[in-house]
Amino acid sequence: MRQVAIYGKGGIGKSTTTQNLNAGLSTMGKNIMIVGCDPKADSTRLILGGLAQTSVLDTLREEGEDIELDLVLKEGFGGIRCVESGGPEPGVGCAGRGIITSINLLERLGAYTDDLDYVFYDVLGDVVCGGFAMPIREGKAREIYIVCSGEMMALYAANNISKGIRKYANTGGVRLGGLICNSRNVDGEAELVSAVAKELGTQMIHFVPRDNMVQRAEINKKTVIEYAPDCAQADEYRTLAQKIDGNDMFVIPSPITQDRLEELLMEHGLHDA
Amino acid sequence: MDAKAEVLSRYNAKVFKNRKDHILRVDRDAGCAQEIAANTRALPGIMTNRGCCYAGCKGVVVGPIRDAVTITHGPIGCGFYTWGTRRNKARAGEDGKNFIQYCFSTDMQEPDIVFGGDKKLRRAIREAVEIFQPKTVFICSTCPVGLIGDDIHAVAAEAEKEFGITCTAFSCEGYKGVSQSAGHHIANNGLMKRIIGSNDTPPAAKFAVNLLGEYNIGGDGWEVERILKRVGYEIVSVFTGDGNIEGISRSHLSDLNLVQCHRSINYVAEMMKSAYGMDWLKVNFVGLDAICSSLRGMAEYFNDDALKRRTEEVIADELAAVAEDTAFLKSRLEGKTAALFVGGSRSHHYQALLQEFGVRTVLAGYEFAHRDDYEGRSVIPDIKEDADGKNIEHLDVEKDPARYRVFLSPERYAELKQRIDLEEYRGMIRDMPDGSYVVDDLNHFETEAFTALLKPDIFFSGIKDKYVLQKGGTLSRQLHSYDYSGPYAGFRGAVLFGRDLVMGLYAPARRMVVPPWKKQAAGAQAKGDLPHA
Repeated sequence: MRQVAIYGKGGIGKSTTTQNLNAGLSTMGKNIMIVGCDPKADSTRLILGGLAQTSVLDTLREEGEDIELDLVLKEGFGGIRCVESGGPEPGVGCAGRGIITSINLLERLGAYTDDLDYVFYDVLGDVVCGGFAMPIREGKAREIYIVCSGEMMALYAANNISKGIRKYANTGGVRLGGLICNSRNVDGEAELVSAVAKELGTQMIHFVPRDNMVQRAEINKKTVIEYAPDCAQADEYRTLAQKIDGNDMFVIPSPITQDRLEELLMEHGLHDA
Repeated sequence: MDAKAEVLSRYNAKVFKNRKDHILRVDRDAGCAQEIAANTRALPGIMTNRGCCYAGCKGVVVGPIRDAVTITHGPIGCGFYTWGTRRNKARAGEDGKNFIQYCFSTDMQEPDIVFGGDKKLRRAIREAVEIFQPKTVFICSTCPVGLIGDDIHAVAAEAEKEFGITCTAFSCEGYKGVSQSAGHHIANNGLMKRIIGSNDTPPAAKFAVNLLGEYNIGGDGWEVERILKRVGYEIVSVFTGDGNIEGISRSHLSDLNLVQCHRSINYVAEMMKSAYGMDWLKVNFVGLDAICSSLRGMAEYFNDDALKRRTEEVIADELAAVAEDTAFLKSRLEGKTAALFVGGSRSHHYQALLQEFGVRTVLAGYEFAHRDDYEGRSVIPDIKEDADGKNIEHLDVEKDPARYRVFLSPERYAELKQRIDLEEYRGMIRDMPDGSYVVDDLNHFETEAFTALLKPDIFFSGIKDKYVLQKGGTLSRQLHSYDYSGPYAGFRGAVLFGRDLVMGLYAPARRMVVPPWKKQAAGAQAKGDLPHA
């Protein structure tokens, strides 16, 4: 069982990329579970066709600890098992603690069955506190992919997340598997992201071009692979799935300084008009 | 090598550097004031005896108020382990309300941490109001509440509207500050902001006082009240042992604040001076001489002939009543030595009483005092404020124009200040014998080491080190709780205190104790050697 966590700056397209990637893996015959680690609980709606999940924490709050796995685990497209951790409304409580509670509960309920090829954790934004680092602590997720683009702040976040991975690399054994570039049509984007990946000691595992097909599929509450399996964008996600399935480059990243990051941006990204 | 050097020599460089400034040997020939480091963070791993901010707020200052329901918002442990541990006694007043024997807690569980505990807190207040009908509810925060950011102040404001009660929240999360001291300050601020001055019913008697920093441990406050009432004072309020909200709410109409425990309550005294013009007088009702000079100082302050006469009559009568007992007790205790390690002021107060019995202090220290408690208030302008202190709110209290009173002319104030402890605390060090040791934030290693070196006959401290001392053959008395005895304050308390000491010191059981390390004849630690740091 490969346990994978997807991190990246907020709004970069983590959930969309994760679900399309998982749809791609499922067409390769893989057994997958997605654990949404975002209090908004919207990490699995494309797989489930918009079905609003009962989250683990809501169930825990209402039913107590004696709950059935079926209540919180739903199967969607391609037999992908979907779980949403859920969490408190914004501004109250502790969402980080919620993720810890939720993952522990899933383990106790026996959600991690031996037939699973992959477990994916779709984690909220940046690593803001210990709770959000839960999937990479204690050896839960062994590999991380960071979704980013050629924009400054996305790369800044990627560098920061690398620091978090480095911190837990020796204790939890987590490794960085690569950067996924979710294109924003920025100048020299592929070169820039590849250069940053190289500095971090990793790779840009795939460049996902920007395509409105993604938005069309989302409006229909589907992944591209389900909605338009023959389009070019579906091929991109299937390629991403194949690359990740065949990936053997797992590293402890070497985060870079802010100055070096800006230098790279000048070098590759910002061309004189 | 003196005992300080001996103890410090067991430390590594880092600990040595920290601890050397917290220990001093009193030197009367030094020619200048001796400085001690205090109110700084304890080193991790040092086995300090200190408590936390919540303990200072809930356990010390807010908790003893008998007719307020104090709810601990947090997991059950914080509430449970502060339940009835301080022996601050209380009797129900005319309204029959006394909640001291209860422990109120929200018992936060994991889902409350994840989703926020404010809903459970609301339910807890409702439940407490329905069952006990208190006029006042206090909420004390514990660590997790601060981490997840429950808005307890908003919950308190809602509860006031909904139930028509006074509801005040204290953000006294345990991790704030360096010791209990931060909690005292937070509690003082809350009482000043919300309770003091909220009721304008004036006192009836000519001389009305508030007793600040008296927590009625073992009934101390009741003995002090008995004496003050005999002299003719009206005690409007006690902060906070057996205190009640009504008294505290109209305490601003008293004529004088008496400050017993300086550390825990000086903020209220200072703020009431700024707001209402009330002076405060440092008193000590532990030790016969100390009681007499406190009573005389009060009479001097009010400058009333009849009051002065009555004061002398009471003093003479009370002293006569205990004279025989104290003379006997002194004959049994004379020549003994004592070490004292208590919270903020008791280590100082009890030296006065011990001295009267002929017991010499060899070591004294405070758990959570600031430099002014050791060196006197004159050092306050020189105390460097650090980040830990700045994190605790300091209230800037404005003069209350309608209720501000001037009690003394500037000339009279200046003249009185020469003679009595008017808005003055001179600190513990000046009352300690030459060659004795002062240790701030004494830890477990130092307790054992100093006991081995100085061999005090009695060690006064608390429950955390009591049994180490006792099993080592040293008489240990708890000055936090009086070991189920008391009162020790006042004239009668002095006798009780002396009796307890004589009983302890002359109990044959003590000579029969053989501590485990003395049984190891050829062990690594020879008799009298220091424990390992």
